[in-house]
Amino acid sequence: MELCDKSAVELSGLLKKREISSRELTESVFKRIDEKEAVINAYITQTRDIALKQADEADKRFASGEETSPLNGIPVALKDNLCTRDIKTTCASKILENFVPTYNGTAIEKALSDGMVITGKTNLDEFGMGSSTENSIIGPTRNPVNTDYVTGGSSGGSAAAVASGEAIIALGTDTGGSIRQPSAYCGIAGIKPTYGRISRYGVISYASSLDQIGVLGKNAEDCAMMLNSICGHDKRDTTSAAVDKPDFTASINKGLKGVKAGLPKEYFIEGLDKGIRDSLMNAVKQMEKEGMEIEEISLPHASHAISSYYLVATAEASSNLARYDGVKYGYRAEAEADDSFMMYEDTRSRGFGSEVKRRIMLGTYVLSAGYYDAYYLKGQRIRNLIKTDFDNAFKNVDCIITPTTPCLPFKIGEKMADPLQMYLVDIYTVSLNLSGLPGMSVKCGEIDGLPAGMQIIGKAFDEEMILRVANGYEKIRV
Amino acid sequence: MEYELIICFETHVELDTKTKLFCDCPVVYNAAPNSAICPVCTGQPGALPVLNKKAVEYAVKAGLALNCRINRLSRFARKNYFYPDLPKGYQISQFELPFCEDGYLEIPGDDGQPYQVGIKRIHLEEDAGKLAHATDASTETSYSLVDYNRSSVPLLEIVTDHERNPMRSLTEAKAYLEKLRQTIKYIGISECAMEKGQLRCDVNISIREKGSEEFGNRAEVKNMSSFKFIMDALEYEIKRQKELIETGKEVKQETRLFDESKKVTRTMRSKEDAPDYRYFPDPDLLEVELDEELVGKITDSMPELPDQKLAMIIEKYNIPKNDAVTLTKDRAVSDYFIECIKTCKDNRKLANWIINDLFRYINDASISITECPVKPADMAKLINLIAKGDLTDSIGKKVLSEMYETGKDPDTIVEEKDLKPVSDDSLIEKILEEVANENPEAVAQIKAGETKPIDFMMGQVMRQTKGKANPKAVRETILKKYK
Repeated sequence: MELCDKSAVELSGLLKKREISSRELTESVFKRIDEKEAVINAYITQTRDIALKQADEADKRFASGEETSPLNGIPVALKDNLCTRDIKTTCASKILENFVPTYNGTAIEKALSDGMVITGKTNLDEFGMGSSTENSIIGPTRNPVNTDYVTGGSSGGSAAAVASGEAIIALGTDTGGSIRQPSAYCGIAGIKPTYGRISRYGVISYASSLDQIGVLGKNAEDCAMMLNSICGHDKRDTTSAAVDKPDFTASINKGLKGVKAGLPKEYFIEGLDKGIRDSLMNAVKQMEKEGMEIEEISLPHASHAISSYYLVATAEASSNLARYDGVKYGYRAEAEADDSFMMYEDTRSRGFGSEVKRRIMLGTYVLSAGYYDAYYLKGQRIRNLIKTDFDNAFKNVDCIITPTTPCLPFKIGEKMADPLQMYLVDIYTVSLNLSGLPGMSVKCGEIDGLPAGMQIIGKAFDEEMILRVANGYEKIRV
Repeated sequence: MEYELIICFETHVELDTKTKLFCDCPVVYNAAPNSAICPVCTGQPGALPVLNKKAVEYAVKAGLALNCRINRLSRFARKNYFYPDLPKGYQISQFELPFCEDGYLEIPGDDGQPYQVGIKRIHLEEDAGKLAHATDASTETSYSLVDYNRSSVPLLEIVTDHERNPMRSLTEAKAYLEKLRQTIKYIGISECAMEKGQLRCDVNISIREKGSEEFGNRAEVKNMSSFKFIMDALEYEIKRQKELIETGKEVKQETRLFDESKKVTRTMRSKEDAPDYRYFPDPDLLEVELDEELVGKITDSMPELPDQKLAMIIEKYNIPKNDAVTLTKDRAVSDYFIECIKTCKDNRKLANWIINDLFRYINDASISITECPVKPADMAKLINLIAKGDLTDSIGKKVLSEMYETGKDPDTIVEEKDLKPVSDDSLIEKILEEVANENPEAVAQIKAGETKPIDFMMGQVMRQTKGKANPKAVRETILKKYK
């Protein structure tokens, strides 16, 4: 086993005891990148020089004996929609192909001050729009589990990097399932915290009311360790919550005994892959043996989640992406344009990929005079109903357990021609973004060599419960 | 046919906050292009807006001054459109739930009665940047440059109501604009300098047959940079719309641009081409809750408004209405006046001296009264000296001029320039005796009951005392001795 195959928590311990150095660890990660990246294609930009410099600085801090964060010296990959000062941040889009931010996002800033080593910027579906990491200027990322298959998306580069040892931990963003779904597809752990738990300052917006930074790691403990570093209220993001920040690793070993979990009946219906269903039910049975209490619950409006999501998300996206106009930064279509409006048209027609354009058009339509009430407002009303469903369910249970996806990873290219099929992959994940609730995916089985994911949903700002259940399950996973 | 005008204004006021509406950049004028910008106000990817609380306070102040209902829950919305000076592709503005609604501003109506112009809403929004157009001389291609210093500077939009007491004439329109500017300046939220673009107006105008209940199609006119141009634009529009109606043509609902050099308006876009701004609540900003306590605090901190101050100055200080109006036009002047009054013993004389003398100095120098070197306490002292008869008016004027030049107090100037009044009665009598001896015929005429020689003798005495004698006392002495 190479260093890059170990968990972040284990590596953190080895670093602290100075049994290994951050440089050795970082070199191990880049050796893996050199071996696998040509096929996997997880990174848009690799930052080897920066990483080695940061590793040496981390080692110096260990040598000096100063107090260090558990993250000190740990190689982390960052999704390429997180702004990093002086490091290109593209959103996998031609329109931001050469965009270099002048500032670090808040979460990045926090992790850097804790000693994180940045390995690079990972691939994604353009602006986070997609569920397979195929909509990208650098082409698809391949699933390390089986390279004929997609990683899921949109944080597919981050998921693949962690799964293949091309990074120890990764940051992603989740707007409709973009952390949890690729985590499930690549057989790793991934958490989307409560909306507002982590500052969005520096996240290139797709849908502001749904976007949330989260962590992809080898297991729940790794995710908890990383979360500790990046959470907290930020005065630069008014939608970040002014709530206390717990130590997410503190209660992670409390076990499953006495935890009440709900299984929503609406999630176990036609369309759910039988293999995934069986794996999940086995996992549930195992957890029951450990003392978890299981009961069936109902989330009556679950079937409307996808519709609501594609109204709200596209509406916000159509406005958020208006700033890419060729005037200030990024790609500008060259100058046959007669006036600025022609320039906009050429720039945006050529700069955005087809899925992004589809969503901008959809969102523009949804907000148009005469359609606003019928679409955008109705989408928001459904959103409220979905929130209420969860509020009611959480009166009786501590967490909710569901499959992360209705189907197993699919082959590269398989769903590209059918956007609707692609949208349905997120059927179990989008409702958490609509309701703002935290959720996590952990691997709960393998079907024909392909991983299945279990989603654990918690009450708002109760990531501790999710991490406890995930970790409790990982300890007994067969 | 007799017509009725319906005039409404949408006024934008740039607020006098230290920083911009959604970031920490300073609000500056005449700074080097793009020297007051940051990721937020240039719409960099990933940057987020954070609301300036002071701007909200100012919006509430404006709402209170214009008798509005202050909404306890308010919301920002995005107004989506493309333009190079708009870095995000949308302007953060308000649509539903603006900060203030349903108020009024009282002006003198054309019928001589007070008229409450209906205010429909007041909302906060961010300003856009500025474009500069140029041509490359060598290639003869034109290009544009953008300056984002103004981007995200807080703007207050004040919209009058076309259904509830709109303005009915040019004079009412002018009275509204002047009263609005005066009020905004009074509450200290903007300088309202039109030449700096701190006050900008769009006007909606329609006409209809007198007595009709239906509204005619309205024209919205933009691009006027002064009150005078607004009046010119209105005048042109009224004429244009009347002509259309009288020749049986239709007034189209449209947006028109005013041409300052030709003083005409031209079609900018028709109703059919009106953009769909696709307003929706801005998901980057929380709704703003204004609790009773905050609104109460702002209410308590409100300064007196122009009307209140006018009434106070008339009633409490016994100043004639015309003078009081002059003294309250500008809040700084009324503050100055009231500061003087604290130690002044003759309010009316004070008012006269400020209006007739002090104003001339500051107007000649085009400075504000706050920059005037004559301190209010010194001004009061001067008026007291004059009122007591210690200084004649003409010496008072000399002293004031000296005070304005040097900033010194009147006592020092009187001392230094030896302008002290001659109060020694025996000295005055002695001088008078000399004058009488030299002019026996004048004395005789006085005795015969003529009044003219009295003035002559007074003049002589004043001349010999270099104006320092108390003219009243001199006159009394003459009458006593020679009549």
